[in-house]
Parts: sequence; structure tokens; C-alpha cells
Amino acid sequence: MTPDHKTSEHKTADPSVTGPRSLFDRIWDAHVVKRLEDDRDLVFVDRHVLQETTSAQAFEGLARAGRRVMHPELTVATQDHIVSTLPGRDEGTNPGGTELLGLMRANTAAHGIRHFGVDDRRQGIVHVMAHETGFALPGCLLTCGDSHTSTVGGLGAIGLGVGTSEVEHVLATQTLAITRPRNMRVTFDGALGRGISAKDIILHMIGQLGVAAGRGCAVEYAGPAIRALPIEARLTICNMSIEFGARLGLIAPDDATFAYVRGREFTPTGAAFDRAVAEWRDLVTDPDARFDRDFTIDCRQVAPQVTWGTSPQDVAGVDVAVPDPAQFADHRRRDLAAAALSYMGLEPGTPLEGIPIDVAFIGSCTNGRLSDLEAAAAVARGKRVAPNVRALVVPGSMSVKREAEALGLHRIFENAGFEWRDAGCSMCVSINEDVVAPGARCIATSNRNFENRQGLRSRTHLASPAMVAAAAIAGRITDVRKEMTA
Amino acid sequence: MRTPLTTVTGAMAVLPETNVNTDAIIPSAWLRSAKADLARGLFGARRFDDAGRERPDFVLNQGPFRSAKILLTGENFGCGSSREAAVWALARFGIRCVLAPSFADIFYENAFRNGVLAGVVDEATRAALAAAVDRHRDAPVFTVDLPGTAIVGPDGDRHTFMVPPHRAGMLIRGDDEIDLTLRHLDAIERHLAKAKLERDWLHDASTDTRQYP
Repeated sequence: MTPDHKTSEHKTADPSVTGPRSLFDRIWDAHVVKRLEDDRDLVFVDRHVLQETTSAQAFEGLARAGRRVMHPELTVATQDHIVSTLPGRDEGTNPGGTELLGLMRANTAAHGIRHFGVDDRRQGIVHVMAHETGFALPGCLLTCGDSHTSTVGGLGAIGLGVGTSEVEHVLATQTLAITRPRNMRVTFDGALGRGISAKDIILHMIGQLGVAAGRGCAVEYAGPAIRALPIEARLTICNMSIEFGARLGLIAPDDATFAYVRGREFTPTGAAFDRAVAEWRDLVTDPDARFDRDFTIDCRQVAPQVTWGTSPQDVAGVDVAVPDPAQFADHRRRDLAAAALSYMGLEPGTPLEGIPIDVAFIGSCTNGRLSDLEAAAAVARGKRVAPNVRALVVPGSMSVKREAEALGLHRIFENAGFEWRDAGCSMCVSINEDVVAPGARCIATSNRNFENRQGLRSRTHLASPAMVAAAAIAGRITDVRKEMTA
Repeated sequence: MRTPLTTVTGAMAVLPETNVNTDAIIPSAWLRSAKADLARGLFGARRFDDAGRERPDFVLNQGPFRSAKILLTGENFGCGSSREAAVWALARFGIRCVLAPSFADIFYENAFRNGVLAGVVDEATRAALAAAVDRHRDAPVFTVDLPGTAIVGPDGDRHTFMVPPHRAGMLIRGDDEIDLTLRHLDAIERHLAKAKLERDWLHDASTDTRQYP
């Protein structure tokens, strides 16, 4: 939405146009129903996911206009944002959530939409449930009224986060009228060092490129470091796309993707699955495809990352100190950094390692999957959470919770003094009762360290699951590499 | 049909910082109910202290800016969460026009869907407008003329902003986006029918709701 955007011409929207295409172009072009004015496209939405805090007004709008849901079979709903995560919870456990949870249940029932609520074994955060059920598939276009919908890009799907009016638009028309994003690519070179995860390299990238670098763009993550990542780590990478302003993030699917997708509840089976894989193999970027923005990140020297400010771009390696705002050449960035440090209660020059914490949160659509919990458990095994630290593990879905329990991870966490809770967004968005107290400092595996995000005057440090587990045990931010046995 | 928007006249408040996120525009405390007082929630954590008292240093608590109709702000306004309540809160407070050098994508879409004009100004215009507000702090009244893509200041000074022409037309006419899209209903159904043939794996029985009550 910059001035240059207004006049930009895109050449590949017409599927009949040949020439080098990106992964994004291929999927997008297959979904264009019609070209619209102002460089917008009407795209077909294959899969639509609803959550309770951004859909009530959409159903209200439908009712007001006397419209129906055009394709209820292409939508699924869950309850994740405002649900209690207390083990054994139901819709009434968090009294502040009953209105929106009740509306979700009633609206989906009235329109014939499947609802994976707190009483359903598939309940989970939208961006965990969507792919673990096989509802999201490579090559599909999925929307949800939530900004982290880009997560499914880790499978090679277009995930578009939208507002409530657009949720209503999708319900009523099964399409979205949207500006065609420009192509951007970030290539991750080199291998990840010991103790370094997907979270660290994506935070490092956001720190390098800035919080608005992806605005208006479909970002393809490529390069050897990305190709080596397991699927859940790719989902983490794509999840964070919105944190540098991107419209969506994508990673080309490969054999690891196909193996991950196979056998899930809504995944096609038999010959249909084989036809799907044959098509998914074509979801690649041509070697000579052009990108409007193209960056390279060297992963070799990346240390475990931790944020020090109130924007995801305020990030550094755990082995350095809180920066002096004066070091920023841009005066606006300097002012923001100074305000951030004041909010965070930090002095320039303070080593990040050693900053005491009050709360440690492991979970969210960024890092609430099984492999994230395994990474945290590997650090927590046989240890104890520091006195005066509240540490909680909130699985991203009830499926993740069951899988983790089958592996005995809950015992490791509980023995160490972590709370082992039911699935939901929890302390990432703190709309339910999982709130950080005013002035308290929380290290979290979630995605936003904004002012007041985890509660009024809460202070958030974003990091990887292993880093958060290590901080919970030490009672302060610590370099997880020192905690790992070689 | 929505309420048409052609001009916005009123006080212009300035929030100079860049990257203002939607958590700041409408904190999550106001998202727990479909009936929350969003006008009060606008910039809630910055406008009010813990006891709910106004913070006098925040612009929307000061003189003519208490009834601001236009907001002038920095790059990448509305980043972060997709929450449309950010736009609802601005509109219910009375702000029908936000001017900035750039907007976050989801906020930008949400604004137009709610009859709020998100006008792009270049950096020089942003600075000139902010200076004009400073010179007229007692009566910082501006008129944003959408058909003319012009901003007229208290000194009669004229500035321009950018808005894609079709979006401007939609605001001026009060078009409803869903109505416009439903004109393409045949094309939508043709697309789905074709997809079911060519990509049966994407549209097989697994998405048939009747099999999964």
C-alpha cells in the first residue's frame, strides 16, 4: 500500500500468460476467478477457518443482509482465542468467554458449518488444527480471520489473514477480493548451529529486514536451511510472516511435506492422493522467476535470538547487550527504541543474558506443536522451574496434547514445575484469563512483544521453545547452548 | 449499501510514530464481547490509566483533538493483528479518515470495508500537515475531499493524497463489496465446477459436511 504499489503492473495474473513463474504465481493463478479494478483479483477460497473472536459480527452481517453461507462444507470452525486452558475446561470455565464461544457454537450450527469446539477432540488453535486435520493442503488457498493464517505456507499453501468483513465476504461468496501481492523471496543460506531453531532464524531475519519489509508481498522462503527444516519448523517460519508485514509466506512442498500430509482426516486418499502429489510436485519457482524483493540471510552465525523491545524487529542474539537507541541511524527507529526500553524497564548495555523473568510461556500457533514441546522438554528434563517463576506449557491443539502425553512429555514438564494445560491461544493474545501481571516480565514462544499484548503493562521477550524452557529453569534469560549436553 | 463518504471535515490529530499496531489501536480487553464500547477502547491503554482516568498527555485527550475526525500518522499504520475492531473503534470514535505514508495490508482492507478512508500521503505532505496542525492547535480543522483527492488546511493550503480510483468510487457511492462480488456469482460457480473436475483431490468427499456432522 505504498505509492509505488498503486501503479505497479503485474504480468502474471492471467493464467494464459506464459513465462517464468514463482511458486506463489502458480498457486494464485489457479485461484483467480476474475480480475477486478485497482489491480485486485477475485480469488476462490478453497478452505475457510473460523475462530470465535473475529466471526460473530460476520454472521451478524449475513443475518442483517439476509444472506446465506454459500459453501458451508468448505469452512470449519474452532474455539481457541477466548477459551480457558485450564485442564478439563468447558465453554463456561472462563466466564468472560461464554458470549463469544456461545455465538460460535450457535452460528455454526445455524449454517451447517463443522465446529471443533472445546468438546471436540480436534479443538486447537486455528493455525494448528487447520493442517493437522488435513483440512489445509499444499496448493490450496485458505483464509481465516486471523493474521497468522500464513502458517499453512509451510505446506506450500496460500494462507491469507483477513478482517471480519472479509470473513463475511468469504462466507457469502467463497471468494476474496484482494490486491495481488508482489513476489518477495528470502533465501536462508548455511546450516543452523547447535541449539538454533526455526524461531531463531525468522526472528533474526525480521531484525535484519525490519517490521514492514514484507508489506504487500507474498514471501517465498527458500535455500538450503529452509529445505533442511522439518515441516513443523517450516510452519513456524511461515507463521511469522505477518510480523514483518507480509501478506503471506510460502515454502515449496517436497517429499517431507507429502509424508506429513498423508493419512490425515481430511487428506484425500488412494488414487486422489496420488493425483494430488503429482500436482504438488509442480509447485515450484522457475529458476528465472523474477522477485520484486530478494534477500539472503546467512544462518551460520545466528545465535539464539531474544527480543529486547516492543516490536519483533527489536531482536538480538542472547550473547549481546540491550542496544543503545543512539546506535540507530534513523531517528524514528531511535525514538521507538528509546520508548521500547522505557516500557521494558531495560537500560542500554545490559547483557540480555541474565535478565530476570517472572513468567515463561510455551505455546501459541508459532511454537505450540509437538516438536516445539519436545525441544522444551529436552531442556526441562530432570530440572526444576526457578522459584517465583510461573511456567506454563499450552499445547497448540488437543491432538498435540495427546501426542505429547503419549511420549510422556507432560511428566517431564509437571515434574519440573510447569503447568500442563489444555489447548488454546492463551498467553499469546491474553484475551482469556491467561494474563501477565502489570510490570511482570514474560519470556514467550509466541509472536508479538507489543506493549500491553500479554496484559496491561506486561513485558514480553520472544524466543524459541528451548530458550524459554531454559529461562524458566534459570529464572532469567540464559543462553540455551550452555544448558545443552553435547 | 453503506453510508457514502465524500468529504471529512474536522480536527486532525497527529500520532507521529511509525508501526502503530492494532493491539495499540484497540487493546484485547475490548475484544471480549461483540457489544464492547469500542469508542472508549480506541487507544485504550494509552488514553486511560489503570484506574480508567484520562492520561492528559495523549493527543485524543486534548482540546479540539477530543473530537478528531482525521488521524495523521506514520508508516505501516495498523500492523500486527487482523482485528477489524481497530477500524470499528476509529469509526465509532468519529475518525473517518486516516492519513499515513503507508498502511499494513489487512488494516488497509478493513478500513475501506467500513467506510473509513485510508489515504496515502508522501513524507513531505505528512510533515507539512503535521506542521499545519502545530500552527493551529486551537482549531486544527481540515477538509479531506475524496473526489478531489485533496486535503485543505486551515490556511487554505492544499495537499494531495493517494487512493486507488475504484476504492474511492466505492466509498463515494457507499458500495457493499459483497453485493459487487455476487454479480460474479456465475464465474465463481464455474470456477468451482472446473476445480472439482481438474483438482478432485481438493474437492472430494472429505470436505462434504454431510459426512462430518
